[in-house]
Amino acid sequence: MFSNILLAIDGSDHSRRAAKKAIEMGKLLGDASIEVLYIVDGSKSKSDVLQFGDSDSASRKRREMLQPFETMIKSAGLTLKTSILHGAPAETIIKHANEGSYDCLVLGSRGLSTVQTMILGSVSHKVMKYVKAPVLMVK
Amino acid sequence: MLAQKLKNEWFGNIRGDVLAGIVVALALIPEAIAFSIIAGLDPMVGLYASFCIAIVIAFVGGRPGMISAATGAMALLMVTLVADHGLEYLLAATILTGVLQILFGVFKLASFMKFIPRSVMIGFVNALAILIFMAQIEHFVNETWMMYALVALTLAIIYILPKFTKAVPSTLVAIIVVTAIAIMMNVGVRTVGDMGALPTTLPMFALPNIPFAWETLMIILPYSLALAIVGLLESLLTASIVDDMTDTESNKNKESRGQGIANVIAGCFGGMAGCAMIGQSVINVKSGGRGRLSCLVAGVVLIILILALGNVVSLIPMAALAGVMIMVSISTFDWSSLTNIHKFPRTDAVVMVVTVGTVVYTHDLSKGVLAGVVLSAIFFAWKISKVKVERVFSIDKTEVTYYVKGQLFFASVTDFLERINYNDNVQKVIIDVSQAHLWDDSAVGAIDKIEGKFELRHITVEIRGLNEESSSLMDKIGGLSKASGH
Repeated sequence: MFSNILLAIDGSDHSRRAAKKAIEMGKLLGDASIEVLYIVDGSKSKSDVLQFGDSDSASRKRREMLQPFETMIKSAGLTLKTSILHGAPAETIIKHANEGSYDCLVLGSRGLSTVQTMILGSVSHKVMKYVKAPVLMVK
Repeated sequence: MLAQKLKNEWFGNIRGDVLAGIVVALALIPEAIAFSIIAGLDPMVGLYASFCIAIVIAFVGGRPGMISAATGAMALLMVTLVADHGLEYLLAATILTGVLQILFGVFKLASFMKFIPRSVMIGFVNALAILIFMAQIEHFVNETWMMYALVALTLAIIYILPKFTKAVPSTLVAIIVVTAIAIMMNVGVRTVGDMGALPTTLPMFALPNIPFAWETLMIILPYSLALAIVGLLESLLTASIVDDMTDTESNKNKESRGQGIANVIAGCFGGMAGCAMIGQSVINVKSGGRGRLSCLVAGVVLIILILALGNVVSLIPMAALAGVMIMVSISTFDWSSLTNIHKFPRTDAVVMVVTVGTVVYTHDLSKGVLAGVVLSAIFFAWKISKVKVERVFSIDKTEVTYYVKGQLFFASVTDFLERINYNDNVQKVIIDVSQAHLWDDSAVGAIDKIEGKFELRHITVEIRGLNEESSSLMDKIGGLSKASGH
């Protein structure tokens, strides 16, 4: 079943819902492990460094941002791992997911409109297409 | 160890660096031309600058994977110097800028950048984006609808093409398509060739042809100072962004020195001052560039393309260039600061807006930074100048104790002194400063003043709970005053 879950999040409300689902799935087995994956892309690097001063403080802020998710997972009695990777979101998630052996990838969908998706591109769509493991997209 | 590190910085990622370097070179050409035009110079000056700076910084920079060349921030600072005194003075100013930056690096002043608050940095970046955008507006003056159509087409290709393929840089495709349309339809819009000379040879070494006199130095020094500061500001900011994107560290003082060396050499070879470029560095890292090789390749490919295809480059319509620059300004702007501005502390938001406003009004980034820093300092002083003073009488009403809480310095002493009541009918006054800190002459002076006033009424004053730093300050400044006696 789902003993090794990869949870890709961006800190939004959608990823909070995705995290809840991932925990529900993990609890089915009792001692599953969830790996929280957070991707920092180029424009995120730029705005974070501008807002927090330098790379070190930006990294610290990101870890702080991930803490509520980590607490949620730990207090559900599941094994936790956290990975923060740098790169283009979709490509990095796909590479990381396919390199490891996960039973399932859980991610939130930003729920963009058709126009927004056309301009911004859909991370979840690409991920669904290229990740080999089963993918659960939480709306 | 060192050889291993150097080898890794140069040849650790050959394929990625070469490919990214080529992508960057293609994106650099239109920008170098456009920034020269903003500064009021021949496109040649920006192209020579980009070539020299990219190659030199590849060897002497402190942040591998970062791209430096002619930039908009620097071009905007030199407009009046070029208009009033011409190219030769600019070249001299560029060399002096480099010298100042080398001094910055040698004396390890990079850490002074921490005195520039983040809200000023955000304002700086946003103001830069607005200025680059505004510089494009003049290209639309007295133009036909054709200009608008071509700019719109350029932007459409730049933003829509990546949805279908990322194999070729969309900016390049946009420039080629728009140039082809302009040539085939013979629409008669202005081209890069109309804006001035393009290079036909490699740059030559020549010292600027200026009178070596005190007056010359006085003309270029203010510009060089502004260029040096803005250049380092953008370079160190970019270095931090590349640090973050690649999850590695860099040597900021070496980078300051490297920027200086690159500018000295650029000035000697007929190029304008430059610095690191946020946009190009992001493109470089995204395209797989990590090492020093990518910046070197970018510089070499740029000059080869210009020398080989100079005739074609001069046919690029200004419309295509304006479109590219509008894209550059959109991606330079920190949009997240607009959506988050309500989350900023109110004073930070004001500092950011004032920084942007000053730059847009004066067209001078260094003035904006100065205004932002000064305003932040004022806000800071205002915030910490609030002192709390509590007055407590002893049970028999013969003693009164003032508990002082906060920072005592020039901005807060007036407030502090107003809280002291000299008319209390007591025998002894205790000033408890165990929760306060004395910072300067004004603070010591205030304590002296209180003692003096009470002593006139024959009331003894005791200062209690001075912390170590405060009491050594009292000893130093108030050596002869009453306060030191305690």
